[in-house]
Amino acid sequence: MALTSEDIKKIAHLARLQIDEQDIPGYARNLTEILALVEQMNSVDTSGVQPMAHPQDVSQRLRPDEVTETDQRAHFQQIAPQTEAGLYLVPRVIE
Amino acid sequence: MHNLSIKRLVEALRAKKFSSRDLAEHFLARIERFQERLNSFITVTHDQALAAADAADQRIHAGDAGPLTGVPIAHKDIFCTDGVKTSCGSRMLDSFVAPYDATVVARFKQAGAVMLGKTNMDEFAMGSSNETSYYGPVKNPWDLARVPGGSSGGSAAAVAARLVPGATGTDTGGSIRQPAALCGITGLKPTYGLVSRYGMIAFASSLDQGGPLARTAEDCALLLQAMAGFDPRDSTSIDRAVPDYSAGLDKPLDGLRIGLPKEYFGEGLDAGVARVIEEAIAGYRSIGCEVAEISLPNSGLAVPVYYVVAPAECSSNLARYDGVRYGYRCEDPKDLTDLYKRSRGEGFGAEVKRRIMIGTYALSAGYYDAYYLKAQQVRRLISNDFKRAFEQVDVIMGPTSPSTAFRLGEKANDPVKMYLSDIYTIAVNLAGLPGISIPAGFHDGLPVGLQIIGNHFEEARLLNVAHKFQQETDWHTRAPMEA
Repeated sequence: MALTSEDIKKIAHLARLQIDEQDIPGYARNLTEILALVEQMNSVDTSGVQPMAHPQDVSQRLRPDEVTETDQRAHFQQIAPQTEAGLYLVPRVIE
Repeated sequence: MHNLSIKRLVEALRAKKFSSRDLAEHFLARIERFQERLNSFITVTHDQALAAADAADQRIHAGDAGPLTGVPIAHKDIFCTDGVKTSCGSRMLDSFVAPYDATVVARFKQAGAVMLGKTNMDEFAMGSSNETSYYGPVKNPWDLARVPGGSSGGSAAAVAARLVPGATGTDTGGSIRQPAALCGITGLKPTYGLVSRYGMIAFASSLDQGGPLARTAEDCALLLQAMAGFDPRDSTSIDRAVPDYSAGLDKPLDGLRIGLPKEYFGEGLDAGVARVIEEAIAGYRSIGCEVAEISLPNSGLAVPVYYVVAPAECSSNLARYDGVRYGYRCEDPKDLTDLYKRSRGEGFGAEVKRRIMIGTYALSAGYYDAYYLKAQQVRRLISNDFKRAFEQVDVIMGPTSPSTAFRLGEKANDPVKMYLSDIYTIAVNLAGLPGISIPAGFHDGLPVGLQIIGNHFEEARLLNVAHKFQQETDWHTRAPMEA
């Protein structure tokens, strides 16, 4: 399936990625080639095959609902771009 | 000192032939000397290394040494290291100082190893040549005009050039085995679930697995011993007893059944590489192994399946980089969407963006069944091929990579061509199996790697099979450059 520049813009928006206008045709070409590679898997019939989500077919382990971590908010916020009073700051979202 | 194996270093340190500080200073000087030529490190932790070496020397003097006390090691820059920059090869994390240690890093500390620094890698481990790193490509120590492989290229080049005796790596589609092959060293990708992924920056969570790179299988056994084992902090960690990986290294291989998948010796394999692999197999035959041709009929679909599964998981995992909590943030965002888009657009390189977009597309409404579900079904068929094969044989052998190290720039602008350099390694990740690459010889002066694949949790057998080969050959002792 050939992707157009419009497709790339839509996908980039869904992924919240800023893409330079001049790079869009290159991405369209690359992604089209990658999808052509991927579509080789359509050569095999998979009707009735159980999808494999985990290499060992193991399901997620559950643990008791107990508090095991201590509060390290201040420590973790040291590496944040912008915080104030224990909160992460972002541009205004509500006018 | 830099030509001694980890096993010999441990013995010499215990016998006080030299101190851990001597060793750390020696290797740090080598790292500095070769950094400009190889670019194998992103961060060198000089002062912390010397402090850790001094502490190791005290432990040795007090008779309190752990299994790796005083041994220098380097970590791929994908493992979080408390208080030390952890970039994952990306501008996105250029200023990220990890606030905690990955389980693998903590375990090496506990075993007494001395970290010298963090090694260069493809951005977010997405690449097969180390050319996608924000910090520039690593050079292959055998030929500086060639790539070291990727994504653990910095670890492989550093070990090959004797800048460090062992290093950690991660392998999502071949990222330990392929650079090990291209740099002429030994690299082991363990069974999915054996080594904790806690604090290992996630790329494709159902495929990622950490493992060791060293010059010999014997040394990989020592490193794996420190890394392996259940970790309650990783929900996919498997709770089972870890065997002694060094105990069975010398077991004779009489009657070992080796399977050669016919699909791994067909079109696309370089003739020079094929010749080296065939000679290595002949070597196994001469020490009593039985060799049989087998078939893994869906091999050709591994790369197509991988380029749905890995990007899908990556697009989800990398959604966390939003410019809000940590990592790169763009200047003067005009609103929240602009903050997300420009932080991610400026923070990620081209290959990472390609994979995020492929994954986003494959998971988007209307395409999920055609891509993701289909890929998970074909993944099952690929896994079943291996299941059937292991009913007939004990291990599977073939080339690690279809060619020797390629030139810098040769495949950098052609993603599909780059992806096909992992045709023999990717299926192993899809099936969650362990695989090891060992030096098997040279073609035109460049190393060739033999890949040995085992059934789930058969690392001890792989190390045994690799070690016996290394007792009969000296390929693993060959050093590049003036190293």
